[in-house]
Amino acid sequence: MADTALTQPAPAAFASRSAWARLRASRGWSGFWFMLPTSLILGLFLAYPLLKGIWLSFTNARIGRDGQFIGLENYAWLWDDDVFWLAVFNTCLYTLVASVVKFAVGLYVALLLNKHIPFKSLVRSVVLIPFVVPTVLSAIAFWWIFDSQFSIISWSLRHLGVIDGNIDFLGDPNLARACVIFANIWRGVPFIAITLLAGLQTVSPSLYEAATIDGASNWQIFSRITLPLLTPIIAVVMTFSVLFTFTDFQLIWAMTRGGPVNATHLMATLSYQRGILSGTLGEGAAIATAMVPFLLVAIGISWFGLQRRAWQSGGTDR
Amino acid sequence: MSAPVSPVAPIVAPRPAGLTDDTEGMAYLDKLPRRLVTTYLPLLVILVVLLFPFYWMVLTAIKPDEQLIDMERYNPFLVVSPTLKHINKLLFETQYPRWLWNTMYVSVAATALSLFASVLAAYACVRIRYRGASWVGAAIFLAYLVPPSILFIPLATIVQAYGLFDSPLALILVYPTVLIPFSTWLLMGYFKTIPYELEECALMDGASRWQILVKIILPLALPGLISAGIFSLTLCWNEFIYALTFLSSTQNKTVPIAVVSEFVDGDIYRWGSLMAGALLGSLPLVILYSFFVEYYVSALTGAVKE
Repeated sequence: MADTALTQPAPAAFASRSAWARLRASRGWSGFWFMLPTSLILGLFLAYPLLKGIWLSFTNARIGRDGQFIGLENYAWLWDDDVFWLAVFNTCLYTLVASVVKFAVGLYVALLLNKHIPFKSLVRSVVLIPFVVPTVLSAIAFWWIFDSQFSIISWSLRHLGVIDGNIDFLGDPNLARACVIFANIWRGVPFIAITLLAGLQTVSPSLYEAATIDGASNWQIFSRITLPLLTPIIAVVMTFSVLFTFTDFQLIWAMTRGGPVNATHLMATLSYQRGILSGTLGEGAAIATAMVPFLLVAIGISWFGLQRRAWQSGGTDR
Repeated sequence: MSAPVSPVAPIVAPRPAGLTDDTEGMAYLDKLPRRLVTTYLPLLVILVVLLFPFYWMVLTAIKPDEQLIDMERYNPFLVVSPTLKHINKLLFETQYPRWLWNTMYVSVAATALSLFASVLAAYACVRIRYRGASWVGAAIFLAYLVPPSILFIPLATIVQAYGLFDSPLALILVYPTVLIPFSTWLLMGYFKTIPYELEECALMDGASRWQILVKIILPLALPGLISAGIFSLTLCWNEFIYALTFLSSTQNKTVPIAVVSEFVDGDIYRWGSLMAGALLGSLPLVILYSFFVEYYVSALTGAVKE
């Protein structure tokens, strides 16, 4: 190993130095100082709030008033709350549909971009633009595209003679769901496509050439070479995608604010509405905490379900 | 990226993993008509769908009001006699410049803070390797997976308790919780590619850890720093739920919050300025992106690949 000089225990000469000199040379001590800013920020603003959120969910805290411990009352209340279960359903539907479509389209786009096309790098840069633009601002553009009166889609369909009146995209529960899912897919595909493309580029072309000589069909090449080699990166990308789709807030808030009649409320938006807007911090925190088990299951499925054997990422099978 | 570096490896700064190979592969086997249908046409459709909202944004922002609402006399896909009225109104009759300034200020400050913290943390995890460093590395990755949506309510009470409510400082301190895990993870990958020998030489010459970091590691990991910085800026600019929860007064808002809350007044003529606001809020990021595409892609893929 090249790093022995750095990992071996300090030579005996060190021990005769003063305590201060020994402290300065100590790994743990310098490690402590180097980690200090990160630990402070992550401790104060990530770990502490995480625990405090769980605590808040067991209290009846309101904005401007410290709560008292009320046990599982918030959760019992949510258990009987139809709106909460609707939000759970919406969140699961939103995550499932959006993730599956995002993956399918993202993989397709990645395969297209991996081909030999003119203006390759320009096209690739352009594809990523929806990911760069702030979600809220593009969501507002979608809000306008799906406007009940001036929607360009309604206008085009009307002039093509498909429909007679305007479609109330964000006014009908199911249509509204479809619209926010579409916007989420639109925004998520570039990320998945570009990361999968980076994975595709590590696949050696000689594998494809060999398979072609052996007479493999396009589908066989895809399912026997491309997909297995891509599995590790798919697992990581889809885990992130599921995570961020499940906890999505801004897209819904900018487009529908949970309406019409709670049809597009996700758990995050409901938590904001109850916790911050209505001021019942305890209940909002309970909804947010209730996301954690769902989240763990969703991540578990996408991580362990997609993760294949370790040799694919260079490890050994156990 | 995490491959062990052999002792004889030339000392080169790790380049961002660009997407610019020019291998033709077996593409020459496909004849043009076939490629037209299987590649160019689907690609064109996808590009149109991906870019249409931006076209629509620009079009609405420069369209006079009467053309916006009269879709029978004017073709809505085109614009006759474009106007700068909406943009003018946005810049001189609202607090938009102020919001833009807030967004920039918060993003730059939070990015600087988290780059500082994550350079130190990444270096400590990869090279100082104090006891438990690998566990800390794993914990930082787990922190990456904690979504803001489950933290904003307790954070609101904490921000209130520290007296930071409605202050940009709250965002500057909170945004690094999203940025540090990401940047640390990315930078750890870059630091691993720098040969140990360089550090050993410097140690023998009597350099301190700090000098090694500043004079040797950072210059070599510059592409990683740029990637982490660009990506962090984008994430800050994009952030919504914390800003929505912590900021209340109009003059303190950031662009995403202000556009959503300040223009929604039920006025049928609001669309022009709304779209102009969305356009102007996106433009700085798109310009930044166009200059640093390679770094951006390497940040995106690097953090996932590790």
